[in-house]
Amino acid sequence: MAYDYEKHIRAGKLPHIWCPGCGHGIAMKGLIRALDTCGLEKNNTAIVSGIGCASRLPGYMDYNTLHTAHGRAAAFATGVKMSKPEMNVIVVGGDGDGTAIGGNHFIHACRRNIDMTYVILNNYIYGMTGGQFSPCTPTGHKASTTVYGNPDPIFDISKLAIGAGATFVARTTAFHATQIDKLIAEGIKHKGMAIIEVLDDCPTTYGRRNKFRSVVDMMKRLKEIAVPVAAASKMTAEQLEGKVLTGVLYKEDKPEYTEQYAQVIERAKGA
Amino acid sequence: MSAKAEIEIIERYCKGCSICVEFCPTKVLEMDAFVVKVANADACIACNQCELRCPDFAIKVHKL
Repeated sequence: MAYDYEKHIRAGKLPHIWCPGCGHGIAMKGLIRALDTCGLEKNNTAIVSGIGCASRLPGYMDYNTLHTAHGRAAAFATGVKMSKPEMNVIVVGGDGDGTAIGGNHFIHACRRNIDMTYVILNNYIYGMTGGQFSPCTPTGHKASTTVYGNPDPIFDISKLAIGAGATFVARTTAFHATQIDKLIAEGIKHKGMAIIEVLDDCPTTYGRRNKFRSVVDMMKRLKEIAVPVAAASKMTAEQLEGKVLTGVLYKEDKPEYTEQYAQVIERAKGA
Repeated sequence: MSAKAEIEIIERYCKGCSICVEFCPTKVLEMDAFVVKVANADACIACNQCELRCPDFAIKVHKL
């Protein structure tokens, strides 16, 4: 038997709204397999998102889902986790939602090391709102609001997350489908803030403005730029030019926020 | 060579991106009027690459 994705998806919701070749569907499949691997129960799992193409993902999932304000997914997810620490909280969002509009919520959720798994689908652009450039649109590339090329340097989401204090940070791409579920599963098992960045393709608003002739070209590019962390250590700086590291980039054990807060409650009771 | 799996295509879900056609190592699939079809069923090695990379949940690989 083939893998049964549809038992995790709300009845009648497919086909989804994403454009032909959009990698969000591949990432969603990865998330489903990861939830399955970790044995998370539907009633004990909340999937939270903000606004954007990626943020439509929870709407398809037959779990407790929360579709919130633009950029505020991490804030709502923090609320869910604080009120129900026993609940498994997954956040899904895009690069614009997570690092621009929701940048502040993102870094502070990382800093607190609250136990949740944030899957950030980085497609280099604001897709849903019309292809405006995001903090992840590569320098020189075109978006609907940077028609002469984007002058800004980019955010490296994974480095940002490490710098802000997340205790599990990993990166993969939509091409590396089996790695998506392995890393998300590892993130779910990790006690603390886990960031999984999935580099993704947006053929409609990014690809066609940046000389990608097809979805397949975009997938091939994801394949070419990815270098596993272990392989990168044997490569020169010249060889690593234009590449991105994939795999588990950072992991450490630090006190988790809801546990720390429970101790605050105990101390307050004793006062 | 006999097929190692039976590939089920849910045509209603397929948006014709052709990722599956490109990355199939044994060229089992091809595009037909923007919908994927199984053109060379016997060559399937059940590697599951098409199912994993189909963004639209349109391919199911049933191993034989």
